Amino acid sequence: MSQAQSTLDELISKDYEHGFETLLDMDVIPPGLSEDVVRVISAKKNEPEWLLEWRLAAYRHWLTMTPPEWASVHYPPINYADIIYYAAPKSQKDGPKSLDEVDPELLKTYDKLGIPLHERAILAGIAVDAVFDSVSVATTFKDKLAEVGIIFCSFSEAVHEHPDLVRQYLGSVVPVSDNYFTALNSAVFSDGSFCYIPPGVRCPMELSTYFRINAKNTGQFERTLIVADAGAQVSYLEGCTAPMRDENQLHAAVVELVAMEKATIKYSTVQNWYPGDKEGKGGIYNFVTKRGECRGDHAKISWTQVETGSAITWKYPSVVLKGDHSIGEFYSVALTNHRQQADTGTKMIHIGRHTRSTIVSKGISAGRGQQAYRGLVRVAKSAVGARNYTQCDSLLLGDQCQAHTFPYIEVKQPQATVEHEASTSRISEDQLFFCRSRGLSPEDAVSMIVNGFCKEVFKELPMEFAVEAQKLLGVSLEGSVG
Amino acid sequence: MLEIRNLTAEVDGKAILKGIDLTVQAGEVHAIMGPNGSGKSTLSSILAGRDGYTITGGTVTYQGQDLLALPAEERARSGVFLAFQYPVEIPGVSNIYLLKAAVNARRRHIGLPELDAMDFLSLVREKVKFMEMDESMLYRAVNEGFSGGEKKRNEILQMIMLEPSLALLDETDSGLDIDALKVVSKGVNSLRSPDRAMILVTHYQRLLDYITPDQVHVLSAGRIVKSGGPELAHELERQGYAWLGDGAPARGTAPGAAR
Repeated sequence: MSQAQSTLDELISKDYEHGFETLLDMDVIPPGLSEDVVRVISAKKNEPEWLLEWRLAAYRHWLTMTPPEWASVHYPPINYADIIYYAAPKSQKDGPKSLDEVDPELLKTYDKLGIPLHERAILAGIAVDAVFDSVSVATTFKDKLAEVGIIFCSFSEAVHEHPDLVRQYLGSVVPVSDNYFTALNSAVFSDGSFCYIPPGVRCPMELSTYFRINAKNTGQFERTLIVADAGAQVSYLEGCTAPMRDENQLHAAVVELVAMEKATIKYSTVQNWYPGDKEGKGGIYNFVTKRGECRGDHAKISWTQVETGSAITWKYPSVVLKGDHSIGEFYSVALTNHRQQADTGTKMIHIGRHTRSTIVSKGISAGRGQQAYRGLVRVAKSAVGARNYTQCDSLLLGDQCQAHTFPYIEVKQPQATVEHEASTSRISEDQLFFCRSRGLSPEDAVSMIVNGFCKEVFKELPMEFAVEAQKLLGVSLEGSVG
Repeated sequence: MLEIRNLTAEVDGKAILKGIDLTVQAGEVHAIMGPNGSGKSTLSSILAGRDGYTITGGTVTYQGQDLLALPAEERARSGVFLAFQYPVEIPGVSNIYLLKAAVNARRRHIGLPELDAMDFLSLVREKVKFMEMDESMLYRAVNEGFSGGEKKRNEILQMIMLEPSLALLDETDSGLDIDALKVVSKGVNSLRSPDRAMILVTHYQRLLDYITPDQVHVLSAGRIVKSGGPELAHELERQGYAWLGDGAPARGTAPGAAR
């Protein structure tokens, strides 16, 4: 093994930082899934009848479906009877009225993760909804946002406080039957974030949801629904971590975005679920469906994701471009180290005239990481003047990892412009030596080179997240240099 | 400054350096010349700490310490600088970012405070101007899309920013037109000082018209076969490496010959 390779190897193997467990008194239902379980979840949340019926219909549909097998990921069949579908800290039973009522252990957990929930301690300008296992434990800056008419709260609260909005938009972008995991999520989702920005309002701060899986053998099934009404603007951040466990845990979320005329939604994710150990034991299965719809003319939806965690990532944040002149963007950095697997990409569906989409995907594989970019660009006959640009680059660290690219391009509009560029490269020994001969440590050199590779994506992230993402990339790579 | 004693090294089991002895004092500029394949570039790579060479014998002492025991980055931080023959491109990493990381790594090592953004910027602007480069290159990715001449100027820019104690210039003149050669030489000459040593590795006499060395050594088949003053370079220019007889490969090209 060459020196550069062994430096890489060392750098890739740093430990997961957020792997601790919080001991709390939990309200947990027994494992297994049935109509009764769906009813129990709905009852625990005091849901209206229509939502229970919606869940039951989803459950019945799910029973008729089979898990998708087309992705380039490999894992033993999941036994859905072994999963716990609801786990919530007991102190949350009636929902805290204010942060003072939140269990101090929970607050400490978020402090430890660098997500302070005390508003006075919080990073200026970010409102956080903290989701812990199955429930939202706290949402900050709610009142301040309400002053400008913005609704930002947990999904459960939205069901009670804003049932009409929820009913109008829930499942309207990602239908229940969209795929196996959306049907499952629709049946058993326990909480998540809800956000509505009224017409013409520009959200004065970044909104964010921080997801934490804590309980053992629990699946996390949350839903996020963001609606930006005409002319509204919002930037939304999502972060995720989980304890280190030897068992795999399922995270099957659904995120729906609706952008009306001239509205802009920017959705950024830094995903750092526990990736499993170096031999591939444990870790989160991150099977997530994210989709946005530009319903009005000149609407814009931009997805930026930095995927460094999870044992397996299966995720295709997409944009349906219905409005004329609407814009869809997807900027992605995905990193797979050790035995992590990722099959990720996007779908850009051009329906409106003069719709534009940009896809920039950067995949980094190290160790025995497996990675696939899978992207669909579909241009309907109606999409006169549609344009797409796709750039898809892979960086390989070491000689035991893999990267694949699966572009699907379906164009029914003869005047559309679709461009696709792809590249695969390695960090060369020459680059490493060059940086070292300028005084940089091998770790800093690799981190600098990888960050350079990801620059086009990082520059799309909000400032705080960009710094976090750069650090995370360095950490996730640790042990990959040597 | 630098003392090399009976250094032998091989690559993939093949002996490349067969006993190098060289002493370079502070304030001196040495030129190492020789035909292709004589081991010139290997020598500079080994001194800078590149992996892939097996040291089979001998010692290298730099400022009193065992240079070969240090990893490349520590050599750099202690003032060894290698100007590359073929500088690599690093996409997405701006020149100014690399320069700042390099300068501050060196400053930390010698116990100086890191330069803040403003001080660094004014320093780097001054040096860029001195190297007759466009300031916009600071914000371009390292060497990406640079011409051969721009890459070499960029190497010298890094050198004058880092102010090394021992500068190794590996075929810095190759691929340079006459104007670039003058600028590069100006950069190198600006660094000549009583407390700094330089080793120029070159195939041609041409560079030595602009940077006058104190000593010239001829490396052939892994050994220094002849040493002398600047006049030795002119002798080689006239007669070619074959003139040295034993040790030089029979088909060795004359240093003045075009490639």
